[in-house]
Amino acid sequence: MVRPRPEPMQVVKQRRDAALNALVEGVPYIRFLNISFDRRGDELTGVLNFDDKLIGNPFLPAIHGGVTAAFLEVTAVITLSWEHMFPRIESGEIGAEDILSDEHIRFPKTIDFTVDYLRSGLPRDAYARAFINRSGRRYASVRVEAWQDNHAKLFAQGTGHFLMPQPSTKA
Amino acid sequence: MVDKTVLARQFIEAIPHAKALGLDLTHIGEGEAEISMPYNEQLIGDPRTGVIHGGAVSAMLDTCCGAAVMSHPSAPGGTATIDLRIDYMRAATPGQSIRTRATCYHITRNVAFVRATATDDDSDRPVATASGAFTVEGS
Repeated sequence: MVRPRPEPMQVVKQRRDAALNALVEGVPYIRFLNISFDRRGDELTGVLNFDDKLIGNPFLPAIHGGVTAAFLEVTAVITLSWEHMFPRIESGEIGAEDILSDEHIRFPKTIDFTVDYLRSGLPRDAYARAFINRSGRRYASVRVEAWQDNHAKLFAQGTGHFLMPQPSTKA
Repeated sequence: MVDKTVLARQFIEAIPHAKALGLDLTHIGEGEAEISMPYNEQLIGDPRTGVIHGGAVSAMLDTCCGAAVMSHPSAPGGTATIDLRIDYMRAATPGQSIRTRATCYHITRNVAFVRATATDDDSDRPVATASGAFTVEGS
């Protein structure tokens, strides 16, 4: 039994980071909100980089509730897409350049999304992590948590349902 | 109650994120609000089709619901979202502006209940609907 030699770390990192970057940077709205993603292995954390244009209540001031909803939803969709595609990114079936150019690569579509506002969003960076409750052939259920200074004190959480991309004729 | 309508309109127009999205408050008063948002390439969610991201529609619906609460005759002042649920029916047609209409259909001393709908040029087929609960704050 000869075990194949593990790939060099830089090769693995480069492949994963390039794929994630293509997934995120290709979407104008994600750039508009200036959301980025930290990756540790296959685990993602969304980062909402604060800017004055994200303010909803200038008197407090606080982040706009709609921005919070969008941040949670973006984190849910990117995490779900990432986990859905990860095995094919690892096998080399999907390359970074395919993610936005290949018509056959489809993304989950939001069916519904519910946000709980737990405290007001402070005018500083926010973080979010999504947990996939269930991802079936057609539907997925995802929960998302968002926090700022203290991970134990969430400022919002959300749950959404998504329609998974159906296998295309390419296969 | 004309003063409060004027005040609510100024408040919405002073929201930095509403300005960033290019929101235009087209109607407000008596617990109802209407907002319009022109098509903007910066808000695209799917670069292959040019469809606006659902998050931008959510932000619009949230703003519209808040405006409806503030314009209600029984609302003394500001408001904040407690919870908001959005159902996405279909993609908004690329190139068309999106309009939202919110109604605050019940209000107590502490909580306001709101429903809203988002449409594009085809106003018979909603793009998304929302329902939520909002706080009722003192003036």
